[in-house]
Amino acid sequence: MLEYALRFLAGGIAVSAFAALGDTLRPKSFAGLFGAAPSIALATLLITVSQKGAPFAALEGRSMIVGAFALAAYSWVVCVLLKKFLLSSWTATIAALVVWFVAALGISAALFQPS
Amino acid sequence: MIVQFKPSALRQTRWCEYLIRFGLGGAMTVVAGLIAARFGPVIGGLFLAFPAIFPASATLIEKHVRERKEKAGLPGARRGKEAAALDAIGAALGSVGLAAFGLVIWLMIVQSSGWALGLAAASWLAVAMLAWRVRRWL
Repeated sequence: MLEYALRFLAGGIAVSAFAALGDTLRPKSFAGLFGAAPSIALATLLITVSQKGAPFAALEGRSMIVGAFALAAYSWVVCVLLKKFLLSSWTATIAALVVWFVAALGISAALFQPS
Repeated sequence: MIVQFKPSALRQTRWCEYLIRFGLGGAMTVVAGLIAARFGPVIGGLFLAFPAIFPASATLIEKHVRERKEKAGLPGARRGKEAAALDAIGAALGSVGLAAFGLVIWLMIVQSSGWALGLAAASWLAVAMLAWRVRRWL
């Protein structure tokens, strides 16, 4: 329970800090880099290492590479939905989550054996 | 184009919006941990790159730009969407850096956790900025 309380606190602080930093930067495309900051990973990998060991964290890092490419596909689709289809940001970003799930789970299933 | 740092932009965000980000970020971190515990590191690691607060951030950007333009008497709906789209392009470029972060963690964390995290964070920033710079050249 304490581990998850710590995760919540660390994750909340890290995500808020990167988001606030992104708010202060211009141009917007540069600020957007912070939308793909490793905030959750930075907040939790040390906890993961202490609780489950470094080899577990290393496998998470390997999967994170796949997740990052899924995030790139997601972001590109969000951009298209906003610019070409003029959807609202909320609708575009929620609808495009399908792309993230399909890309992340699809590539992961193709490349890795579940452990 | 020169990158600018404008701390005054923080005043545009209301305290409840900061609270939403904190709650979403914290909740997603817990969910990522639960998924890793239930399904293992292969599936759990994917969620370290989940766009947890991107919907909230993009919606805020659209709202802030729209309000600013409308306050100036200009139509703001389209400009708001364009600003959010630019943010999404940045996130796509930042994802390349995130992949570099994952690569360093994969290859180094067994040797030294602290050094691996530091080097991974530096790699993320360097690769993300390089990707942004390359896009501007093209």
